[in-house]
Amino acid sequence: MEPCRLAASELACRRGDRVLFGGLSLALEAGEALQVTGPNGTGKSSLIRILAGLMRPFAGKVDRAGSMALIDERLALDEHLPLGRALEFWQSLDGCTSPGRAITTLQLDGLLEVPVRFLSTGQRKRAGLARLLNSGQQIWLLDEPLNGLDDQARQAVEALLALHCGGGGIALVASHQPIALPAQQSLHLPDFEA
Amino acid sequence: MRAFTALLRRDLAALLPGSARGNSLLPLLFFLAVAMLYPFAVGPEPELLAATGGGVIWVAALLAAILPLDRLLAPDVESGFFDQWALRGIAEEVVVAVRLLAHWLSFGPFIIAAAFPASALVGIDGPTLHVVLLGLLAGTPGLAAIGIIIAAVTVGLKGGGAALSGLLMIPLAVPLLIFGAGSLSTGGESGLALTAAISLVLVAIAPFAGGAAIRAAREG
Repeated sequence: MEPCRLAASELACRRGDRVLFGGLSLALEAGEALQVTGPNGTGKSSLIRILAGLMRPFAGKVDRAGSMALIDERLALDEHLPLGRALEFWQSLDGCTSPGRAITTLQLDGLLEVPVRFLSTGQRKRAGLARLLNSGQQIWLLDEPLNGLDDQARQAVEALLALHCGGGGIALVASHQPIALPAQQSLHLPDFEA
Repeated sequence: MRAFTALLRRDLAALLPGSARGNSLLPLLFFLAVAMLYPFAVGPEPELLAATGGGVIWVAALLAAILPLDRLLAPDVESGFFDQWALRGIAEEVVVAVRLLAHWLSFGPFIIAAAFPASALVGIDGPTLHVVLLGLLAGTPGLAAIGIIIAAVTVGLKGGGAALSGLLMIPLAVPLLIFGAGSLSTGGESGLALTAAISLVLVAIAPFAGGAAIRAAREG
């Protein structure tokens, strides 16, 4: 696997006529993780969307090497389908051949027959993580991955992140909750308020 | 190629009549209902019905094509599918092209098949039916293409999108209707050819227009 890299220089983000942050630079090499912190509305989600290439920054540029995966509050699983079938769509798209490990790790075995719309907040979050895990991408962008998760699931997520970074991946986590990350760096968004 | 088949399978599972979302029989029933209402409204005179029936089938097909529009792209944008595809390097154009194919497959062939019972209801004869069928075959891909462009343009609108799609669809579909239904009165193959030509242009434009509209909605 080619080493991945995620860097941004002098990023600024504007929503409407308000500049959320400016002059933000970061650089992550393979195996590194970064937690983005800050109160609601400081631009954590916007930063993630800019890094993912889904939003144009107001200023600055993003430089990335490697494949990216994202989870945010939108699950991207078909609500009317049973969870197993909904995940299968992404598995066939991503060419994932062994989906079982992610499903066991995230304790979704018993939920595969349940339609996605009946899942609870925490179960939905875990389903999104299973999609992320099976995509086999190198750079993980996680927007509030711990929302609605119980202690056990939180520990599972932290273990997954450690494993991912240990295997040469990059993780960028936006969360207002404390989370244990390997080789942790953190970035407090209000410091870059314009 | 793997992406293409995976996308097409998902789209067909969602859009074909009798699928999990289970609402796509409605355009077909709507089409037949319009054809059934027409003789009640204008009276049972065979000459009048035979002269106007083909046009009514065209209008019914156009109106039926409006029904699925608000569910065509918006749910996938709202639930983050398009973001996930973009991250995987699958262009919006590809997704829209596949969706266009699935959308046409889920109403075009069924409308054409339903034109047989509809022609009996509005009382048109064999040769006229022949022209109607060829016209629908040439015109429904164009209707599907207009539909998907409108669905993409209205994707970011919260509420009111459904009624607006209908309003936008009608004027844009007028050229197809003029040449498609016009081929009945002038009896011309040239009318059918022009219908097919408009359809082809629309089908060629639709993925790019739709893809650009979805990207623009994401930036906002």
